[in-house]
Amino acid sequence: MSAGAHAILPGRGGLFGTLSDVLWRNPRLTLFLMLTPPLLWLGIIYLGSLFALLAQSFFSIDEFSGLIRYEWTFKTYAELLRPSNLDIILRTVSMAAAVTLASAVIAFPIAYYAARYARGKWKALFYLGAMLPLWSSYLVKVYAWKLILAKEGILTWIFAKLHLTPVLEAWLALPVIGGNSLSVSYTGTFIVFVYVWLPYMILPTQAALERVPESMLEASSDLGGSPAQTFRHVLLPLALPGIIAGSIFTFSLTLGDYIIPQIIGSSRLFIGQAVYAHQGTAGNIPLAAAFTVVPIVIMGFYLWMAKRQGAFNAL
Amino acid sequence: MRSDRNSRAPLALKIAAALGLLFLHLPILLIFVYAFTTEDRSFQWPPPGYTLKWFAVTWNRPDVWEALGLSVRVAAISTVVALVLGTLCAAAVSRTKFFGRETISLLVILPIALPGIITGIALRSAFNLADIPFSFWTIILGHATFCVVVVYNNAVARFRRTSGSLIEASMDLGADGFQTFRHVVLPNIGTALLAGGMLAFALSFDEVIVTTFTAGQQATLPIWMLEELVRPRQRPVTNVVAMVVVLVTFLPILAAYYLTRDGDQIAGSGK
Repeated sequence: MSAGAHAILPGRGGLFGTLSDVLWRNPRLTLFLMLTPPLLWLGIIYLGSLFALLAQSFFSIDEFSGLIRYEWTFKTYAELLRPSNLDIILRTVSMAAAVTLASAVIAFPIAYYAARYARGKWKALFYLGAMLPLWSSYLVKVYAWKLILAKEGILTWIFAKLHLTPVLEAWLALPVIGGNSLSVSYTGTFIVFVYVWLPYMILPTQAALERVPESMLEASSDLGGSPAQTFRHVLLPLALPGIIAGSIFTFSLTLGDYIIPQIIGSSRLFIGQAVYAHQGTAGNIPLAAAFTVVPIVIMGFYLWMAKRQGAFNAL
Repeated sequence: MRSDRNSRAPLALKIAAALGLLFLHLPILLIFVYAFTTEDRSFQWPPPGYTLKWFAVTWNRPDVWEALGLSVRVAAISTVVALVLGTLCAAAVSRTKFFGRETISLLVILPIALPGIITGIALRSAFNLADIPFSFWTIILGHATFCVVVVYNNAVARFRRTSGSLIEASMDLGADGFQTFRHVVLPNIGTALLAGGMLAFALSFDEVIVTTFTAGQQATLPIWMLEELVRPRQRPVTNVVAMVVVLVTFLPILAAYYLTRDGDQIAGSGK
């Protein structure tokens, strides 16, 4: 380390010994050597491509030749503001908001029970109960819902057995959220989104609830607060950073997904599908790039808000 | 002190939590039933009959085996790359304080924080600009990039709990840096790396969004499944494949859980 240590110990012989000595005496060199490979990889492959993509959003496409014109322009962004494209953005953002809200509502009881009442074996069970669906195959989960929501599938069967078929039909007859069957309606898309991203909401919410001291809830009820008041004024504000941390995932993942609305949903596009279509068959990379800027900007704004709410400490 | 009233969950909470868990798990279990159905044209429920025939059919399908083989090879190589890069990054970040440390954490997390489609299209347009043909290796470039974060997270958590004095003690006792790494550092972080590696493998094995952009003509297993989902041709075979994928991914997740669960009893943690 220091010159003193060197004076006591003789240097090591051999190539590896010398190398080891050099690294130990120069922590900065060691740090540099350790950081270079990962930074080169992430910097060149990831950031490089990301910036290349963002740069292309400032190019435009020539309407006649269909070729990309390499001049700096905001024309592509103006195109983003066309009603049809604004529709896509609005549709995706409202879906993301609805999915986030529903996940928060469904996740809260699971997280609260796991944090406060589950002990020992049950605790592990609840943890795995959120972890297994989180890590199991995304496509398999979507596929499972294709089976469930199909016209001849289990959900229609359950409604028929309960003599509730008219309810289902009335729901499907509704404008916007209805459709021919559940698997081609917004309702179907919504259910699958909630299902697939729910575990991302459970885990941070549970982490935040674990840190709520029980004495606070007792104090609230000792002071005459009803369970509803305790929930509204004590539990919810303390759990909020965790819920916001979870909502970062549910919101961001819904914004960028293009597979779920393609497989289960109506033919109207979401941002992800628009990106996919523009870069693929249309070959309009600038517009596709401009579309990807939308979720980046929205998420940037969202993260900034979340940071102010202290959500990052709950991750 | 806890009163009786507070240690029991209200019935409504119990029911809500139980319903939530059922909502999470029943759909996956349903796939297991469908893998045995005799119906091969629709998703009819209840299944008209049960058979083991489709397992044999799937076993003899070369396209499924090819996709599976490609997925395993991609996941294995991506995991190795991610293990090296993630561990280096975690060691650097947790051992020393330096300028830009926070930025590095952010950089590692970014590929998974931004929607997958952004990573995918960014890589695709970069490959196009650089005239790199799509191949086995372009898939790996994409996968390794977002697998780093899983290894990094696991390793950072373990490094934080491992005392630095162990390394100093090893050096004081005359070991060189490589011996210290081999006999002191590696045994301490070994299970965390194994867990991180397994999760990285599961992540890569399952990835579809980035892969659709970085794969050329080859089909990994998720790409094969996606094609079946968009244009169903062989529903029974898809059912069987889906069931096998569920079983195969559960094992590494369970293993990773048991490996990191006892992480508090690490040598030197009570400094």
